[in-house]
Amino acid sequence: MTALLKLLRSAPFSARLGMGMVLITLLAAILAPAIAPYGETAVTGDVWLPASSSHWVGTDNLGRDLFSRLLFGARNTIAIAFLITALSFGVGTVWGFLAATVGGWIDQLLSRGVDILMAFPTLIFALMVLSVVGTSIPALVVVIALLDSTRVFRLSRAVAMDIAVMEYVEAARLRGEGLWWLMRHEILPNAMPPLVAEFGLRFCFVFLFIAALSFLGLGIQPPTADWGSMVRENAGAITFGIYTPLWPAGAIAFLTVGVNLIVDWFLHVASGLED
Amino acid sequence: MNNPLLEMKDIVIEGLTGDAWAPIINSLDLTLRKGEVLGLIGESGAGKSTLGLAAMGYARQGCRIASGAIVFDGQELLGAPASQLRLIRGARIAYVAQSAAASFNPAHRLIRQYAEGPVQHGLMSAAEAEENAVTTYRQLLLPDPENIGYRFPHQVSGGQLQRAMMAMAMSCRPDIIIFDEPTTALDVTTQIEVLAAIREITRRFDTAAIYITHDLAVVAQLADRIMVLRNGDLVEENDAGEILAHPREPYTRDLLAVRSFRKRESDAALKKEVILKVEGLTASYTGENNVLEDIDVSVHRGRTVALVGESGSGKSTLARVITGLLPAVNGRVVFNGDVLPAALKHRKREDLRRLQMIYQMPDTALNPRQKIRKIIGRPLKFYFNASRRQQEARILELLEQVELPADYIDRYPTELSGGEKQRICIARALVAKPDLIICDEVTSALDQLVAEGILKLLLNLQRQLQVSYLFITHDLATVKAIADEIVVMLAGRIVEKGPKKEILTPPHHAYTHRLLACVPEMDPNWLDRLLEKRPAA
Repeated sequence: MTALLKLLRSAPFSARLGMGMVLITLLAAILAPAIAPYGETAVTGDVWLPASSSHWVGTDNLGRDLFSRLLFGARNTIAIAFLITALSFGVGTVWGFLAATVGGWIDQLLSRGVDILMAFPTLIFALMVLSVVGTSIPALVVVIALLDSTRVFRLSRAVAMDIAVMEYVEAARLRGEGLWWLMRHEILPNAMPPLVAEFGLRFCFVFLFIAALSFLGLGIQPPTADWGSMVRENAGAITFGIYTPLWPAGAIAFLTVGVNLIVDWFLHVASGLED
Repeated sequence: MNNPLLEMKDIVIEGLTGDAWAPIINSLDLTLRKGEVLGLIGESGAGKSTLGLAAMGYARQGCRIASGAIVFDGQELLGAPASQLRLIRGARIAYVAQSAAASFNPAHRLIRQYAEGPVQHGLMSAAEAEENAVTTYRQLLLPDPENIGYRFPHQVSGGQLQRAMMAMAMSCRPDIIIFDEPTTALDVTTQIEVLAAIREITRRFDTAAIYITHDLAVVAQLADRIMVLRNGDLVEENDAGEILAHPREPYTRDLLAVRSFRKRESDAALKKEVILKVEGLTASYTGENNVLEDIDVSVHRGRTVALVGESGSGKSTLARVITGLLPAVNGRVVFNGDVLPAALKHRKREDLRRLQMIYQMPDTALNPRQKIRKIIGRPLKFYFNASRRQQEARILELLEQVELPADYIDRYPTELSGGEKQRICIARALVAKPDLIICDEVTSALDQLVAEGILKLLLNLQRQLQVSYLFITHDLATVKAIADEIVVMLAGRIVEKGPKKEILTPPHHAYTHRLLACVPEMDPNWLDRLLEKRPAA
């Protein structure tokens, strides 16, 4: 714990900025019900009102308060993206480590299976599956997590391959340790730096992906607020010179930049480079 | 001609640690005359390579030459413009690195890399350089000198590659060659060839040389003068013969005395029970070519069997077969009276416990993300289901046995030195209360004084715990020190085996004789005598 604090204190300005940005977004999401002036779906005024004292950033295409929807949207977007990333990492690393540790035909089977999944363009594959199974949030989570876990599998397998040949892993094998111990205690701690960095990146990709799906109408369904679908719903406003859709788009950019600043720093620390 | 060729005065070299510059070399002087061979000796971290590189006016990444003067043939190198240094480096001062394999470009033929230097410096045309190369290859006793240059680096052996690299260093007929541990990575038999080549170069061309090594016996064969370094300070400097005969400083005496200790001989132990018996073992990686052929070895309780051979003789493979990592094609392994299943996964936990292993590289044998507490504690939990408190007590006991302080229990392996890490590896093996420990080159990655400490520790533990060792090594000095019995291997077969006394006293098997003859002795005339005895190649 003290090591973590020390690490945080040594963070450069860019990383602190990133942490600040992510923290603001998280606080907004957590405190949404307390600070939002209106309800998530309440129609409170005219359509596409400009910013004013009663509507801080104006209203959307149905006359709902945009600021309130941004706050509630943060909740949905971040929570779902986090859930998906965690799930894809859980699945991807376990199978990736397994393939690297056991090798042989299990490795072949898993790797070729992943190759097949990766052969489909991700967006088209997701659109196809979601239009078959329907666009519920659980379906969304499972489908994106599965697609994403193929990338995690590739990375964790490659990282674990290098570690599995180390003598300390051989020593554990000779001791008679089971597969789970090898993966959990010998390989995982040494594979953490690249995996954590990848987690940050994938998290960004995932909520951009959700935004893309929402924009196409197959993501999170109205009236639930989420940044991607908010961009889509208000996209028409741009033609009238109204900048309403830029607010949710800006929010997406804000969080992406914040997370990436932290990841950059973390990659730097993990690689052991001094400057 | 009494003017020194190279004169380094008051050299201070600093290295960057964190944000601060810390001294690596503290104000050292070095002079080198024409045709003189200077030996730089010391343990790792003594600063000998750093000083050697500074002779070219060069400092490694993260180091800087903070002050001093480096005068080569009347020119000051420190602070000289890069263009001037380029004229000198390679052409007048050449460098031979420890790993020849890493210093050659694998995509070019040897002779092309030989010619690169002289052509670049405008000394000769490519055709002349190639002609020259053949001559140099011949002088260095490389086989088939007319054609060997047209091979790629991976097509020649390690010793040949090291000599090809020396030829390359000679290509511009430099005034000084810096040899940085050129034989450390080689087998003893190969080492002889390389040493003979270095001798040949320095004598024939009257080239001055700086020879960097940690092995006093090697440097004794070549050097006219020896500087003993420790932690960036000069310990002692004198003529080679004088240092060997009358070392003044205690540290030099320690270096000289290294490996002179011997295990007490006892034959009584022979009557003890057999712990491990390997019978008619044949093994193969591919299923076609056998790496091991019909191996029989037995180890008695409380005894040490040394498995000796050059690299590629199959000794590490034998360890893999005994531990079950590589199932044998034929034959069987009897351990404590029971035949062990060939594959690791079919073996009983109890058998695994009683057969432990210690590796060559302690850096990779310890998980860098686990504390010592977990590294030693896990086998306790795994084999004996010990509680946390029992684990702690036993770990502290073991740390004391391997002569490490108790507070190491909460350290990570990276916070330990190489020798300390190897002690942790020993503790991890001992904690399982094994009957047999396989030691795979456990001292080859360590400095000599540290290695000696490890060997003494292993012997002490054997006396206390009656554990047996199967000791795999290519180093005959180690074998002489600790073995009870010796098994000599060559190309996957056993050529000779028996009690130490029998193997080490003549008459030997021809191969054993060659191995024994190649171990450098602390005698400046040893190489000359050896080369005289050999028929001219």
